[in-house]
Amino acid sequence: MIPRHLPPMEARHEYLLHLADNALVLGHRNSEWCGHGPELEQDIALTNLSLDLLGQARLLYQHAANGIGEGATEDTLAFLRDASDYRNLILLELPRGDWGLTILRQYLFSEFSLLQYQALQGSTDTQLAAIAAKAIPEVTYHRRWARDWVVRLGDGTEESHTRMESALATLQPHLGELFSPADFERTVTERGIGIDPSTLRSEWTLRVRQTLDEADLAVDLSSLATPSNHTGMDGKLGRHTEDLVRLLAEMQTLQRTYPGNEW
Amino acid sequence: MEKQFEEKLEGEVRIEPRDWMPEAYRRTLVRQISQHAHSEIVGMLPEGAWITRAPTLKRKAILLAKVQDEAGHGLYLYAAAETLGVSRATLVADLLAGKAKYSSIFNYPTLSWADIGAIGWLVDGAAIMNQVMLCRTSYGPYARAMVRICKEESFHQRQGFESLLVLSRGSAEQRTMCQDAINRWWWPSLMMFGPRDSESTHSDQSMKWKIKRMSNDELRQRFVDMIAEQVKVLGMSLPDPDLRWNEERGHYDFGEIDWDEFWKVVKGDGPCNRERLETRREAHTEGAWVREAALAHARKKAARPADAA
Ligand SMILES: [Fe+2]
Ligand SMILES: [Fe+2]
Repeated sequence: MIPRHLPPMEARHEYLLHLADNALVLGHRNSEWCGHGPELEQDIALTNLSLDLLGQARLLYQHAANGIGEGATEDTLAFLRDASDYRNLILLELPRGDWGLTILRQYLFSEFSLLQYQALQGSTDTQLAAIAAKAIPEVTYHRRWARDWVVRLGDGTEESHTRMESALATLQPHLGELFSPADFERTVTERGIGIDPSTLRSEWTLRVRQTLDEADLAVDLSSLATPSNHTGMDGKLGRHTEDLVRLLAEMQTLQRTYPGNEW
Repeated sequence: MEKQFEEKLEGEVRIEPRDWMPEAYRRTLVRQISQHAHSEIVGMLPEGAWITRAPTLKRKAILLAKVQDEAGHGLYLYAAAETLGVSRATLVADLLAGKAKYSSIFNYPTLSWADIGAIGWLVDGAAIMNQVMLCRTSYGPYARAMVRICKEESFHQRQGFESLLVLSRGSAEQRTMCQDAINRWWWPSLMMFGPRDSESTHSDQSMKWKIKRMSNDELRQRFVDMIAEQVKVLGMSLPDPDLRWNEERGHYDFGEIDWDEFWKVVKGDGPCNRERLETRREAHTEGAWVREAALAHARKKAARPADAA
């Protein structure tokens, strides 16, 4: 019998899965570029990011699997949960778009992720604190690399500027979700395990505004849409886009077709 | 000067970029190194297609890192070619225009997960035979690039074999998948060593120049001898009824390659030739605005010295 891990689950586990799913899904989207980047050097650089994110996801899944027990492993958690069980941000599952969108999303998330991991270094869950400490140098590099590219593309040519504006317009509606805490985030925050993402918002806004100014890109960061029950989308609650359903169908194909095999 | 060049070859002293060299030697190297570089880059595609479908997170990480290594090999090799006075941009343009060749092996499709293991084991395995020899090639930058590359390639081969080993001990479906992949990749891997010595146009001169140190047929035989033993560990078979140990020769005998297929794929009519080039062209075209923007930004920055502070 192959274990499937369905909610409801402990808030701590749901939180770890949320963090892991974020890293896995973004890493997956970035990895779609491997072999298709605009230049060899950039292909290699983005693959580095994909590898880092995949590495973070694995540590988080392994940690969650230990807590969940019942035969859970990093692979059962990644490959045998449905989209409705995934807890990642919608922002990260959107199709990779062009290089501009990929870079901008990476930047906006890295800026957030860095603040989040910095705060998580103080987690009462010492394993999570250790994972965060290990991730910080990686994310610091991701942030700097993506930031340089955002500035380069925002400033570069008329075409690149226009493309970045349109990427920003695509991503902007999904930024509010970063900062609106789900119930499991509130619970883990009370227990000193996690952090309330809304507390990261002002620092994030400051840093992002500075970068976008430098890139000559204008955006309203003061009123971000919160995930709503009306649109039906809220990644942290498992209400995802069709894009994630397709992503998982592809990613999980072998595990689902040949259940229980070793690879 | 020609005498000095000959003396260096004779004395196993590497030829370096600033040394005098015959024009034909230079041209041969540019052709060979750039073909090799293109092969690394095009070679990312068949395997890259399985990154998003790798069956476990560990396999995904291994595959991503492997494909990334191949991109790195492409970089080293383009850099080695550039020491001969030709730019990467020119070489890439030739590839995209269909004027340059790359290894035909990458014009075959990857139909199942087992193909990833088979490529690592057979294709990287065949590449290593060639590349180990090239670590002693007469042109310095090429030889040095090869030393770095070889270390990674042998790692790829071990990982490929290990991945097939798991399949070979797995379910009935996995074993079928494994055997099927070996069946499909075996002959194309043998073709990687090129035409028979008697029909190889560039071989003689390349041997004299010590660019190549072993002939196509010698390398192919080495490969067959190695794989014929390793396949036993997998409990699988190679799709060649003529394969058998020849006590007298101290080598495995093996069947005849389908040379019609060989030449067909070389000339561009393999199962995926069109698709591979199309994919490379697409990436290049879609990346144009990014490269232009980076250039424009760098120019603007240089014109604004205050920014540099
Ligand atoms: Fe390679
Ligand atoms: Fe390789």
